[in-house]
Amino acid sequence: MGQQILNAIFIGSIYALFAVGYTLVFGVLDILNLAHSAVFMLGAAVTYTLVVNHGQSFWLACVLAIVAAAFMGLVIEYICLRPLRRRRAPPIAALISTIGLALIIVAAIEQGRPGTLFAWLWVDGANPVTMPPGTFPNPTWHVAGLTLEGSKLAVVPVSIALMLVLGYVMRFTQVGRGLRAVAENPRAARLMGIDVDRLISLTLVISSALGGLAGILFGVALGGISPYIGRDSVEVRGLAVIVLGGMGSIPGAVLGGYLLGFIEVLAVVLLGSNVRAGVAFAALFLMLVLRPQGLFGAQLRERI
Amino acid sequence: MDFLIQLFTDPVAFWNSHTLLISQIGINSILASSMFVVLYSGQLSLAAPGFMAIGAYTAVLMDLYWHTPLALNIATGTAFAGVVGVAVGLPVLRLRGVFLAIATIGFIEALSLGVILNLPITGEGLGLKNPNADPLGGINIVLVSLAAVVFLLWRLTKGRLGYAWTAIRQDELAAQSQGIDVARYKLIAFVVSALLAGFAGGAESHLNFFVDPNEYGVPRTVQVLTFAVLGGSGNVLGPVVGALFLTTLPYVFQQAGDYIGVVSGVILIAVIIFRPQGIVGRGGFAFVRPRWWPRAQVRAPSTR
Repeated sequence: MGQQILNAIFIGSIYALFAVGYTLVFGVLDILNLAHSAVFMLGAAVTYTLVVNHGQSFWLACVLAIVAAAFMGLVIEYICLRPLRRRRAPPIAALISTIGLALIIVAAIEQGRPGTLFAWLWVDGANPVTMPPGTFPNPTWHVAGLTLEGSKLAVVPVSIALMLVLGYVMRFTQVGRGLRAVAENPRAARLMGIDVDRLISLTLVISSALGGLAGILFGVALGGISPYIGRDSVEVRGLAVIVLGGMGSIPGAVLGGYLLGFIEVLAVVLLGSNVRAGVAFAALFLMLVLRPQGLFGAQLRERI
Repeated sequence: MDFLIQLFTDPVAFWNSHTLLISQIGINSILASSMFVVLYSGQLSLAAPGFMAIGAYTAVLMDLYWHTPLALNIATGTAFAGVVGVAVGLPVLRLRGVFLAIATIGFIEALSLGVILNLPITGEGLGLKNPNADPLGGINIVLVSLAAVVFLLWRLTKGRLGYAWTAIRQDELAAQSQGIDVARYKLIAFVVSALLAGFAGGAESHLNFFVDPNEYGVPRTVQVLTFAVLGGSGNVLGPVVGALFLTTLPYVFQQAGDYIGVVSGVILIAVIIFRPQGIVGRGGFAFVRPRWWPRAQVRAPSTR
């Protein structure tokens, strides 16, 4: 049971980190960025490729992967979102264009085999791969019958620290005030002299960097990196998390992430692993029907 | 290119060699029409694959256990999907926008991961063999019913029901204040959509020798949504055109080979950016002058 609680906290941290990026974009733009899970996958894939195929050190690979993810944020903004914003298209159009970008990223990685166009990016096609042991320090302790792996333990403080920093930035800095103003009312924010386009680009960069980092942590701690980890592991769960916490609320997304981790682990313990995902979604469905404003009610409803 | 050349030079051989593809386009069109109904009434419901699964499993199970005729199987599957549609629609339709989308995703995932994968009668995760399928003969049913569906929806959207849906889509509050029973018309749209999806599921199961539970998940719903939005969700023909366009894309761009995913993604983004209202719909291409593009020189009128 102790081990299960540890797992819940660990997987909850990754869900939270992923969902914070999701909810940040939703809070500012009212758009669901469905390319976020592809960026998550890209973070893990780039780290793996740099370490294994290009022989870089693990830490450098992590930094470069986060830079790549942040750059994808700019791509999302400049290619998928900004042209549609200029045309005053409905939000559902942006949903489709981000689906298109996710399709491109996943298809590019999927086709990466030796000798193909994307061989520099990925060589394992659709096969799941795991970081070779020894690429990163992974001390393991056995305490009171629990197995504590360094790589999994590190996920928790890293996620919490980043989310605290993000919360501080949002609440107490000029950039954060600007972002909250844009979330409240873009038109009024522009009239107050805020460069709305620049802040939206910044939102996408922060969100995608967090998504990429979540992917790296996921790939390092759990392995099984494949083109589909974003779609299969976090895409829909990320949606569940931001709904549990109240759409657009960062503290809500953090709490929702841990809550979903606990619900899933509890479902495995009580009902067996077959129904794990089904239970989580049934909980999501009931939650929305019974408490559409999110679990934490009005206090956290203030946007980002 | 061969694909298009054959279509125009030798339609009979094209029909014979692409029967399955044409049937699939028909099925996808019916599904896209089911998505169209909910979008037309202003609801972002993503439940279609869930109702498909209900229609498909009901039809195949009836055939396997009771050996009833095909028409009865599909009709029962459709009716059952409609009944579930009422049961799900009643609580869910209080939600709006993205919340409705996520609640319906919760429904389809809970259904496919929680119920279908754990019931012995549905073959659990292994799927269900369907020995009486008729991949080639099914095309007649599909095309005839597609024509019927499109005609029916066209009549519906031009009648009282269609005007009520349009009013609700444009402004729910205003519609309510005009005496339109919003909850009732929304439920009608949801149930019509469920019936269409259930029918498409039943008809599709007749084309395949195997019912695969993984077909009815989130990727499918994203695909169907893309058909409807890309084709244009303001016109009955839009979803059909969207399904036709996206289903034939891999055949038209055969030279792309393995990179078809990348090519489709690029085309998807390009179409939605230049026609945010969809392929079928009012208005021309939305070209917006980028900032770096030189502004046309306009002389100020002389003040003399």
